[in-house]
Amino acid sequence: MAAAPKRPFRWHIVVFLAPAVLVYTAIMILPLAGTLQLSLFRNIDQAQVFVGFENFRRLFGDPNWSVGFWNALRNNVWFFIIHMLVQNPIGVLLAALLSSPRLRFSAFYRTAIFVPTILSFVIVGFAWKLILSPLWGVAPNLMDLVGLKSLFTPWLGKEQYALTTLSLISVWQFVGIPMMLIYAALLSIPEEVIEAAECDGITGMSQFWKIKLPLILPSIGIISILTFVGNFNAFDLIYTAQGALAGPNYSTDILGTFLYRAFFGFQLQIGDPNMGAAIATMMFLIILGGVCVYLFLVQTRLRRYQF
Amino acid sequence: MTTKLLTALLLGTSVLGSAGMAYAQDVTLNIESWRGDDLAIWKDKLIPAFEAKNPGIKVVFAPSAPTEYDAALGAKLAAGSAGDLITCRPFDKSLELFKKGNLADISTLPGMENFSDVAKAAWQTDDGKSSFCVPMASVIHGFIYNKDAFDQLGIKVPTTNEEFYAALDKIKADGTYIPMAMGTKDLWEAATMGYQNIGPNYWKGEEGRLALIKGEQKLTDPQWVAPFKELAKWKPYLGDGFEAQTYPDSQNLFTLGRAAIYPAGSWEIALFNTQAQFKMGAFPPPVQKAGDTCYISDHTDIGMGLNAASKNADAAKTFLSWVASPEFATIYANALPGFFSLNSTPVKMEDPLAQEFVSWRDKCKPTIRSTYQILGRGTPNLENETWVESANVINGTVTPEAAAKKLQDGLDSWYKPAK
Repeated sequence: MAAAPKRPFRWHIVVFLAPAVLVYTAIMILPLAGTLQLSLFRNIDQAQVFVGFENFRRLFGDPNWSVGFWNALRNNVWFFIIHMLVQNPIGVLLAALLSSPRLRFSAFYRTAIFVPTILSFVIVGFAWKLILSPLWGVAPNLMDLVGLKSLFTPWLGKEQYALTTLSLISVWQFVGIPMMLIYAALLSIPEEVIEAAECDGITGMSQFWKIKLPLILPSIGIISILTFVGNFNAFDLIYTAQGALAGPNYSTDILGTFLYRAFFGFQLQIGDPNMGAAIATMMFLIILGGVCVYLFLVQTRLRRYQF
Repeated sequence: MTTKLLTALLLGTSVLGSAGMAYAQDVTLNIESWRGDDLAIWKDKLIPAFEAKNPGIKVVFAPSAPTEYDAALGAKLAAGSAGDLITCRPFDKSLELFKKGNLADISTLPGMENFSDVAKAAWQTDDGKSSFCVPMASVIHGFIYNKDAFDQLGIKVPTTNEEFYAALDKIKADGTYIPMAMGTKDLWEAATMGYQNIGPNYWKGEEGRLALIKGEQKLTDPQWVAPFKELAKWKPYLGDGFEAQTYPDSQNLFTLGRAAIYPAGSWEIALFNTQAQFKMGAFPPPVQKAGDTCYISDHTDIGMGLNAASKNADAAKTFLSWVASPEFATIYANALPGFFSLNSTPVKMEDPLAQEFVSWRDKCKPTIRSTYQILGRGTPNLENETWVESANVINGTVTPEAAAKKLQDGLDSWYKPAK
């Protein structure tokens, strides 16, 4: 038999991929490459000059920059830890409660808890600033009603509390997302598995710990990585609640606000796009590193169950 | 779009209005500005007053949005389509335009002699040899107080530090009013209404400011640490939870009559007049001992310069000379109480609170904010750091000495005074 006819080039693959590739390249890959490139240049006498890693040397070597950077990174890590310790466990708990067949009005609760997620940061930041205001806020009055007025302090204005307060506000806003994802995962657990567990006498809490939780672990992994990426890119809430200087005394400064001040400048400070790009590059590397750790070390070890 | 429409309307009215004149030689001047808020004042008051005196010159006020102004102006200047007259931001932004050759040198313009050196400093080269904008307005710092509260408690307006704290103590002891309405949440209140407000009395205004620029004084010297020490004493007189009190909170506390004293900038006058239901007065920052010379922060804020590429330079210069005249100053200062003319000729103002503020110019020596000229250039930025440290000092998280040292260290890292 003659050799098999040469298979024609499959143009349709290229054609179907093209829109996504073009759009993604234009709005994601090119700006990213542009940022990386910008971080290797400096503006000297009105001209962009290639300076190698000089900007990074300044960022880590010059205390005027490095102190701010490490402070922002530390704050960002704390911001992330609060989310992991508070937002995700509460999300799992809420999902477990919602998926209970005996719960009435579950659709109402689901919607009510999810609504803050779709609110603008500006509204959330402003509303919480008002709620916590020592002058006209409802928080001091409510605490007074239950006799806890002495515990009230101007949380957003104290160095030791401001960042934690903002993290919890962010948790309040976004707790709906892990809840929804876990809820969906819980619903997808087949009835047979649950019934088999019940036959073996595993019910109630131990059913959750031994059967359901292992089955939703991959979803929790995904949520963790989404939280990680979201937190290290965060900016809006801090900016709307505390301003670009992330007061008091930079105690709420995270990488996003640090980048903003460097890149665009603030008040009399003139923006320095090159240093800003260097910080953006570091943020990119941090997030990339975190995602890689997750993909190669965590996700490959998660056991998957096929039904 | 609206600007174009407005321009067309203004042109239309100007043509109709001057139909009887020899309009063939009419020159039209365009003003670039970010003060869209002032459009009505320019259109209804300033421009007609000028045109009445200078037939043959038409003026069009064409503002753009404040946030877009610098970028839009830069683009227009580069393209050669910018207006003949350019509203100047203070210090480096305008200095940069002058260095690029966009603004003309107007040091010898008739009318410039009406301004003091301090007034001109915001629009001069670092050596003070060339001026490139006519100063238009400044804002003055001081304290606005609730007159009814002072009368009720029998407090006299304080002039010295001792009287100032005695008054605060009395208000605090009485308990009806919060002694002072200020918060540290927004940071700049602490620096601008606090440090820059009371500071000139300690560093002796221009003397200290210029010595700092020359490198003869340091921010760690006693006269620069002293204002921080005073700020540290303010803490007990501020309202509950002042750490989370924002600038609008402070304004509301005072205008609702809940606080007795408000560390202020004169730009508040118009707003306070409409909101406060009680009588208000103002006093300058108290001096250390009775009889000391007083210094006030009279900060230059807005000016006007000549586009170096203007084709109507002579007409534009005529207009600028008019901007430098007492007549312009009177109209402008009365239309915008709280924005004071920098003209050396005293301006008669209607608003009593504005009159009180401006009267300090007669007895006190004016200066501008210490962190703006030259020192406001580098990174870490002295102005922004002053915000943060002033708030820290009032919050009590940093000692005055440590705050001053931090500022000086930051300044030393990039600023090398010319020897």
